[in-house]
Amino acid sequence: MTYLHSGLAAAWMMAAAAVLPATSVQAQDLELTITAPAGAGGGWDAAARSLQEVMMATGKARSVQVVNVPGAGGTVGLAQFVQGAKGSPDQMLVGGITMVGAIITNKAPHDLTKVTPIARLTGDPLVIVVPASSPYQTMADLMEGIRQDVERTIWAGGSAGGADHILAALVTQAAGIDPAKVNYIAYSGGGESLAAMLGGQVTAGVSGYGEWQGQIESGDLRALAISYPEPIEGIAAQPLKAQGIDIELVNWRGIFAGPDISAEDKAVLEKAVGKTVQSPEWQELIKARGWSDYYAPSAEFAGFLTSETGRVHSILNSIGLAD
Amino acid sequence: MDSLIHLMHGFGTALDPMNLMFAAIGVLLGTAVGVLPGIGPALTVALLLPITFKLDPGGSLIMFAGIYYGGMYGGSTTAILLNTPGESASVVTALEGNQMARRGRGGPALATAAIGSFVAALIATAGLAFFAPILVKVAVKFGPWDYFGLMLIAFVTVSATFGSSPLRGLTSLGIGLWLGLIGIDQLTGQTRLAFGVPNLLDGIEVTTLAVGLFALGECLFVASRHLFNDEKPMAIKGSIWMSREDWRRSWKPWLRGTAVGFPIGALPAGGAEIPTFLSYTMERKLAEKPEEFGQGAIEGVAGPEAANNASAAGTLVPLLTLGLPTSATAAVMLAGFQQYNLQPGPLLFVQHPALVWGLVASLFIANIMLLVLNLPLVGLWVRLLKIPLPWLYAGILVFACMGTIAANPSVVELMLLVGFGLLGFVMRRYDYPVAPVVVGLILGPLADSQLRRALQMSLGDPMILLQHPGSATMIAIATLALVAPFLFKGLARFRQDED
Repeated sequence: MTYLHSGLAAAWMMAAAAVLPATSVQAQDLELTITAPAGAGGGWDAAARSLQEVMMATGKARSVQVVNVPGAGGTVGLAQFVQGAKGSPDQMLVGGITMVGAIITNKAPHDLTKVTPIARLTGDPLVIVVPASSPYQTMADLMEGIRQDVERTIWAGGSAGGADHILAALVTQAAGIDPAKVNYIAYSGGGESLAAMLGGQVTAGVSGYGEWQGQIESGDLRALAISYPEPIEGIAAQPLKAQGIDIELVNWRGIFAGPDISAEDKAVLEKAVGKTVQSPEWQELIKARGWSDYYAPSAEFAGFLTSETGRVHSILNSIGLAD
Repeated sequence: MDSLIHLMHGFGTALDPMNLMFAAIGVLLGTAVGVLPGIGPALTVALLLPITFKLDPGGSLIMFAGIYYGGMYGGSTTAILLNTPGESASVVTALEGNQMARRGRGGPALATAAIGSFVAALIATAGLAFFAPILVKVAVKFGPWDYFGLMLIAFVTVSATFGSSPLRGLTSLGIGLWLGLIGIDQLTGQTRLAFGVPNLLDGIEVTTLAVGLFALGECLFVASRHLFNDEKPMAIKGSIWMSREDWRRSWKPWLRGTAVGFPIGALPAGGAEIPTFLSYTMERKLAEKPEEFGQGAIEGVAGPEAANNASAAGTLVPLLTLGLPTSATAAVMLAGFQQYNLQPGPLLFVQHPALVWGLVASLFIANIMLLVLNLPLVGLWVRLLKIPLPWLYAGILVFACMGTIAANPSVVELMLLVGFGLLGFVMRRYDYPVAPVVVGLILGPLADSQLRRALQMSLGDPMILLQHPGSATMIAIATLALVAPFLFKGLARFRQDED
């Protein structure tokens, strides 16, 4: 409906950010601006606003503003952040695996090595489903179907080059077929691809587990596997790894600070975020939202980011979306 | 009958004083953000989410629904009075609505929009209450080929309807389709025609184009004519209320608009724009005085406004029954459900009947509140039109630029706005219709991805479009609508030659 949104608030906040003094501050005095590189209502927006809520409620920051900079899988927000948050002790950016993919497929001018990783926050399992009417009962059936006719095994999922697409390619590869042959149809989100699944127009689908939970529980969709490394309480579908398919893929979200910030400023932000995500309030909130805790502190997150970028790049390369 | 009993219980929930208050706050906020350019219902709900986290889920969802419906009402006001559609679904309303306002009939235009919205939302909400589970089963059967057929019909009817000749309409549509190609392709993630400008990666913003073409183009055109003929079109003529004649001409378009809007809104990729275009075309074909179209025909406001609101209610069908948001506001409302650990979907009606039916009942109540709130405001709004012409147009320019900057704070966006304003001026000057450009931009990318999805499913065989009865029928209708006028003209000439 209305396209005229995100911005008025953003304009205000940019003005506010410009006025704020850029000096070192104590954790409880933090006045933060968090950029959600997506429009209102998406996962990154929700993560930014959840962090805002808990940081303020637990007194880890005095005030937190959320700015939406939507566009191009988060790369528009990233580019703006790289330029605007250089050395800034009070600005942070939300990002995730989709941004890693978008940077590669869009050949974005800035990548995540430009910004400072602060913490990995949440990680959600992806689920592989088939419609209830599908002849495939198990993951092994689906893999066999891929081997029989990879082109007629039609996958539905989120944006091209995103986590869903990567998982479909990894499964195809694990079945011993060239992942470049995967017939993957990109939809704008878990909702639209859901309609294609329920209408029986596609063979299999990939999405965040939470998005299709209702249909899985009602029996309209059959969950074959989740992509998480371990089983998750309350989810009947078993991990791919437990089914003998050596794939793990987590839809993680993390938080970053600007380029070239001082070691003290980084330590302050890391401590504030770390204490926030260990609070009972945060644990309660992510449970309510159906997210899984996937916290990793700055150093561990930085290492993870390097290996994840390499992995995403190589699979996108084999699909033909990156060079 | 089961639904009726549930609905009665729902009214019990909705008439709770606290919930009534939430509904009232919702419609007030919704109307306010609908009228103000720059903030829409989606952002408002997103900003309220953290605040309402601690509240009772029923109350805050009722408030969100009030904001949603209120935004729909408010959005038409600026389109009619200032020719500045704040959202894509109001583009069509601006066409006739602003013409009416300039002929001193802003009051009846606003009134028919408000009452039409009321009637449409009332019927469509009833449809939501009773047919949602059935409707959604049909809707998911709608494949990409069917969507492509539907878009073809929209393309053909729009380009044939607007403008003085189909060729001019098609030319305008072509410009829109070209603009629609700009940005990241959804199916492959590759960039098209962005020339390295980051602001173009997500494509051209529909409101920037609409405001540029309509508001800016109009201002420039009026300014260029002002020296030659000193027209004063703004005086209020006759009653500011609807006359008996207005009522007689409005009620059928309201019902037809609802009939078009609700089912298309309920489609998982239907949206609010297609029904408004289709309703406008339909009213123009069926009107007693088709020559009034383009000069302020009340049917052209009544139908599309009803279609707009009916599709808003239709959007709630996939949201509640599938958990499938088909608009920005619906996406934020979905996040609202999720924060209470409620997953909209097939089980929602079973697991939380009190909540769902309370929500449906409060939609009825919000609707009545909106009518009570909006009708008295008509008298206030039309006074805006008494402002002298140069002042008013200067005001429109300021509003248009502010709204665009607020939505997307970048210099590139402002330059695009000015560029589209100049395009709008040139098109007006040479008598090309501007509405098909907007249609092309909105529907072009959709038609593009739906066609390619269909071809991906058939492994590249185009016959898939004709193998499904739904898409085959729609493509046939579109072809006929495009070719028939030429054929008839040809035949007529042929007969003349024989004589």
